[in-house]
Amino acid sequence: MGAEGIGARVARKEDKRFLTGKGRYTDDMVVPGMKYAVFVRSPHAHAKIRSIDASEAEKMPGVIAVLNGQQLLADGIGNLICGWMIHSKDGSPMKMGAWRPLAHETVRYVGDAVAVVIADSVGEARDAADQVVVDYEELPAVTDAVTALQPGQPQLHPEAAGNLIYDWALGTSEADTDAAIAAAAHVTEMKIVNNRLSPNPMEPRAALGIYDSAEDHYTCYTTSQNPHVARLVMSAFYNVAPENKLRVIAPDVGGGFGSKIYIYPEEIVCLWASRRTGVPVKWTSDRTEAFLTDAHGRDHVSTVKMAFDSDNRITALKVDTIANFGAYMSLFSAAVPTYLYATLLSGQYAIPAIHANVRAVYTNTAPVDAYRGAGRPEATYLLERTIETAARELGVSPAELRRKNFIRSFPYQTPVIMNYDAGDYEASLEAAMKQADWAGFATRKAEAEKRGKKRGIGMSCYIEACGIAPSAAVGSLGAGVGLWESAEVRVNAVGTIEVLTGSHSHGQGHETTFAQLVADRFGVPIDNVSIVHGDTDKVQMGMGTYGSRSGAVGMSAIVKALDKVEAKAKKIAAHLMEADESDVVIENGELKVAGTDRSVPWFQVALSAYTAHNLPAGMEPGLKEGAFYDPSNFTFPAGCYICEVEIDPETGKTEIVQFVAADDFGNIINPMIVEGQVHGGIAQGIGQALLEGVHYDPQSGQLLTASYMDYAMPRADDLPSFQVSHQNTPCPNNPLGIKGCGEAGAIGSPPALMNAITDAIGNNDLTMPATPQKVWAAVHATH
Amino acid sequence: MTKVTMTVNGRQVSGEVEDRTLLVHFIRDKLGLTGTHVGCDTSQCGACVVHMDGRSIKSCSTLAVQAAGSEILTIEGLAKDGELHPVQAAFKANHGLQCGFCTPGMVMTAVDMINRYGGRLDEKTVRENLEGNICRCTGYHNIVKAILAAAAEMGAGRQAAE
Repeated sequence: MGAEGIGARVARKEDKRFLTGKGRYTDDMVVPGMKYAVFVRSPHAHAKIRSIDASEAEKMPGVIAVLNGQQLLADGIGNLICGWMIHSKDGSPMKMGAWRPLAHETVRYVGDAVAVVIADSVGEARDAADQVVVDYEELPAVTDAVTALQPGQPQLHPEAAGNLIYDWALGTSEADTDAAIAAAAHVTEMKIVNNRLSPNPMEPRAALGIYDSAEDHYTCYTTSQNPHVARLVMSAFYNVAPENKLRVIAPDVGGGFGSKIYIYPEEIVCLWASRRTGVPVKWTSDRTEAFLTDAHGRDHVSTVKMAFDSDNRITALKVDTIANFGAYMSLFSAAVPTYLYATLLSGQYAIPAIHANVRAVYTNTAPVDAYRGAGRPEATYLLERTIETAARELGVSPAELRRKNFIRSFPYQTPVIMNYDAGDYEASLEAAMKQADWAGFATRKAEAEKRGKKRGIGMSCYIEACGIAPSAAVGSLGAGVGLWESAEVRVNAVGTIEVLTGSHSHGQGHETTFAQLVADRFGVPIDNVSIVHGDTDKVQMGMGTYGSRSGAVGMSAIVKALDKVEAKAKKIAAHLMEADESDVVIENGELKVAGTDRSVPWFQVALSAYTAHNLPAGMEPGLKEGAFYDPSNFTFPAGCYICEVEIDPETGKTEIVQFVAADDFGNIINPMIVEGQVHGGIAQGIGQALLEGVHYDPQSGQLLTASYMDYAMPRADDLPSFQVSHQNTPCPNNPLGIKGCGEAGAIGSPPALMNAITDAIGNNDLTMPATPQKVWAAVHATH
Repeated sequence: MTKVTMTVNGRQVSGEVEDRTLLVHFIRDKLGLTGTHVGCDTSQCGACVVHMDGRSIKSCSTLAVQAAGSEILTIEGLAKDGELHPVQAAFKANHGLQCGFCTPGMVMTAVDMINRYGGRLDEKTVRENLEGNICRCTGYHNIVKAILAAAAEMGAGRQAAE
């Protein structure tokens, strides 16, 4: 592998700038004449706008303009859209209500933007925003999706009767599934709630819109995971500017976790406001705005029936899920509880009949979309809580019940679309149980009891689908875009290399990992390889980073481009050495004739390509190749997580005493970075299970968890150190054998933790987050 | 407006500020030192941590006028002569950062923590002392490792010097 090649634990190239304060995030950008935007937001969850009076605000010091939704509409700026079409089981298309970047008639959640103040300073803009008088006619609100479906509830959008966006089904027919359940020896039934979360990347969203009237050109710096998609959507749907007149730059971005995939009102408004006012306009979210307006995640309520035969084999699974979409359909929202959720309901198990029904529902809350894992954590939580419960009901060990039902031969076609290509679930389970000393648990539990502590152990065997996704397949399922990736490899005349990628790094370490790929191939030091990303003027097109796709899809595109560069370099080298091109090999930064001492250094081949003095007949000068890679299948990372807890029955406080993760991500480029991804994912999963939850007041629709004083983020002293290991069944469907690692931690950990807590307290009736109050109540409910 | 003068990273600086101007905004907007970040509005996340007269403070809950006359050290002033400070080096070696946004505050907190505890840091103490710094990327695992590694190295360095 070489010291910097594939498989090496290379320290990150990008770290120095972050460690020395030289990172460049959107809010760090300063351009001449720049002014500041502050949004006037609805304080009501649901209201009609009678009027907006900005006359006093406009007189405030430093104010350049106060703009509203009527002006935005008059200028032809379009509605925000959901880019994935889902059809209900009756064949009708999903019911998408209008989402205006600035509401001009109706506000539908607390935080809905109604106007924007542009001023010399943030302080002055804030002062003036306080003086904008909006006359609202309050309407009743509903925040809970189950309630919103009931008759007589407030209606959010005229397009969606009963607040129902779609009623969708997947898998085995309901009748066949019901028949299998009726014939079962045992049925485990549960109600599963997946709590609503706020993604909370530490960098709040921001946007800087710069309009150049001389060129009629727009530049947008923004906190995006996918700047090209932002440009595409803002051009094609929001009518901000044609693509050739709009440059989107996502510079250093401080985490995303899904929430920065989407195009939000603020970046559209900053670009539009820059044109209206003639000055660059910057907006930076504060943390309360982030809680109010960043797309939330999860928020599912499900019922599940899992049926077993007399040999404890699963014969059927029936799931009914209600998904809260919030007030508007965010960019990918429709896909999350459908093709990213129901398609994973087979888990690691051979289940002959699976029927899933999903209803998506409008409520007076912030839009809900993909958050780390997106659908797969919800599927895994539902399955792994249910199979654990079944094991308790059946009186068998949870490991044995899982083992008995594991899929063991591949490829495996599930009843819910997915075709698993490779895996060894037994290997992860065994590795995790060994690492956790599962066999020694009873002794540890007895010892804990002597100290007055309740000790529990729980596991979770997850599978997810990553590397999204084959374009034709997702197109047939309703995606508005293809999900390939692009790359361009530019070898400079002196042999240094630039790789342009459509993937976007916001913490994942692409500048290092992608460079390792090139170093491995050509034997050049990674310092001679630069990764360019995040700028639509530099990289032609790309689909961005989410769904753990940068390795499996983004790097596969780089491999394709490297293949082409290598082929041309070998032709040039063969010509220079008067050898047959099939005899040329690349070793240690040289192109050699295999089995001889003849060689030319890499830089000389590069230089020859550009001097073009002595190239093979008919060859174009230069050494630069591009590629688009469209995956042929999803990838299927899988693994087993085991969590051990101790609970103080007096306080209900849970202490995680051990957390073990055994993951199969296929081949790994940089194990240090992969482990870091797992650590972070587990922390977010533990956050979901133990601490975090978005809460709205059900009557007023006010967000009660709108700051770090109210929303419990995982802190260092809430978490243990993690024991992480890898098993490897390489993915057969991409050139590197990579499956993806970005989301696994957040997918596998919540059910492991909840299974451990419920094991410890002997009461299965517990919802996330398992706060000390809830755990204490559950402990004492059993006595 | 009030004129404030302070020493930032060894250099004396002055500027006119509103009474309400926070130290973090003075550092970022007036001095252009954008390594110090704002991640919340409630003094919880610690992305804004700098040192004032040798102790870590949250520059988002300190007024610029309160810092008048003081010595401020920001992340930009930590590395000397192009060499990373041992805490910075340990964060790199142990992959103690991902997106980098919380990192300046984490590093400044860690330096102060090591100064206060010397060689008496263990994992539990490090975790408790990180209560005021939130990271969403790393799960803290490698941050804790990095701080312990830096503390060990700095302790060894001190011993060697003595």
